[in-house]
Amino acid sequence: MNDSIVSLVDKYHLIAAFAVVGLTMYVAYWLSQHLTAGRLHGSAIAIVIGLILAYVGGVSTGGTKGLADVTLFSGLGLMGGGMLRDLAIIATAYGVRFQEIKKAGLRGVIALFAGVLVSFIAGAAVAAGFGYTDPVDITTIAAGAVTYIVGPVTGATLGASSEVIALSIAAGLVKSILTMIATPMTARLIGLDNPRSAMIFGGMIGTTSGVAAGLAATDARLVPYGAMTATFYTGLGILLAPTVLFLAVRAIF
Amino acid sequence: MVIYGVALLAGCMLVGLIIGDVLGQLLGIDANLGGVGIAMLLLIFVTGFLKDHGKLPESTESGINFWNAMYIPIVVAMAASQNVAAAFSGGMVSILAGVLAVVLGLALVPVLTGKKVGDDAKPLDASSTSHAPGGH
Repeated sequence: MNDSIVSLVDKYHLIAAFAVVGLTMYVAYWLSQHLTAGRLHGSAIAIVIGLILAYVGGVSTGGTKGLADVTLFSGLGLMGGGMLRDLAIIATAYGVRFQEIKKAGLRGVIALFAGVLVSFIAGAAVAAGFGYTDPVDITTIAAGAVTYIVGPVTGATLGASSEVIALSIAAGLVKSILTMIATPMTARLIGLDNPRSAMIFGGMIGTTSGVAAGLAATDARLVPYGAMTATFYTGLGILLAPTVLFLAVRAIF
Repeated sequence: MVIYGVALLAGCMLVGLIIGDVLGQLLGIDANLGGVGIAMLLLIFVTGFLKDHGKLPESTESGINFWNAMYIPIVVAMAASQNVAAAFSGGMVSILAGVLAVVLGLALVPVLTGKKVGDDAKPLDASSTSHAPGGH
């Protein structure tokens, strides 16, 4: 009986994911209203619940996809994977006025370059502080602080060891997860309530999943603006990190 | 029909991703350069054009709006399938590098935003066009 239910849920994994996420959202919005009187956004609570579940799932299965590695919840991987996430991000652009994007466009581009550079320098400084002296190691860890995709791509290009590549992925994951949690908490402080600052935020932070979830937890209307710039960030990081930025690191160390 | 909206969205996504892929290849990088962003711009232009010509009926719109409203649930599913355990297992180098990148990045947002002049820097609640994806 139990076995047949498990195999049924496994077979209809995406449908099961819809139900699980719906329930999570209901619990999150209930908590938001009754425990925080709406001060903490329901979507922010839902994302934090998701992250906690992902931690539990990852620790209990030893897999890489959080709760989606648990057989019963495998549909979460498809529902929250890159394909549907990007489709939903693009859909948020519907109704946005191009004028607003154009006005903040130049600042957005500046933020993109500044964002990659600042994250890279932060990562490089930490790596150097921990005693890394090989330019390849420093560049790979620094690239991980850009995003968890830039890190391993840069490491593979430069021929970094697998331990250092693992560190760079972890650095990128920390950045992405912290962004999801810290964005709604600091939004007021950094003036994240308008299209312009959202575009700059997307360019400065850049890690797509972090920006997508951070803005969703702050104010979903800001998503298209932040996502618009963030979508260029990883590509720019992969362009700069193994080339110009690596040469700069090699010149210093 | 609802499917027209979904298909329009899918078409914009595919064209954007193809352009992003070509851009990446031209620059010699193994990544899609801004495909999603290009797709967003395409959707804005195409739906704007169709609306001006009265060719975007409500049923077509609802095909786009459904995925718009599914954004937050999808993000929650994404959060639940993140490799959170690996983030903590990297040790202090990874944690500090990630934290410092976020702190500096957030701190620079108000610096680059500058003075709040112009429509694009007005808080959304104050502006007349209230567009609310995600449905809340």
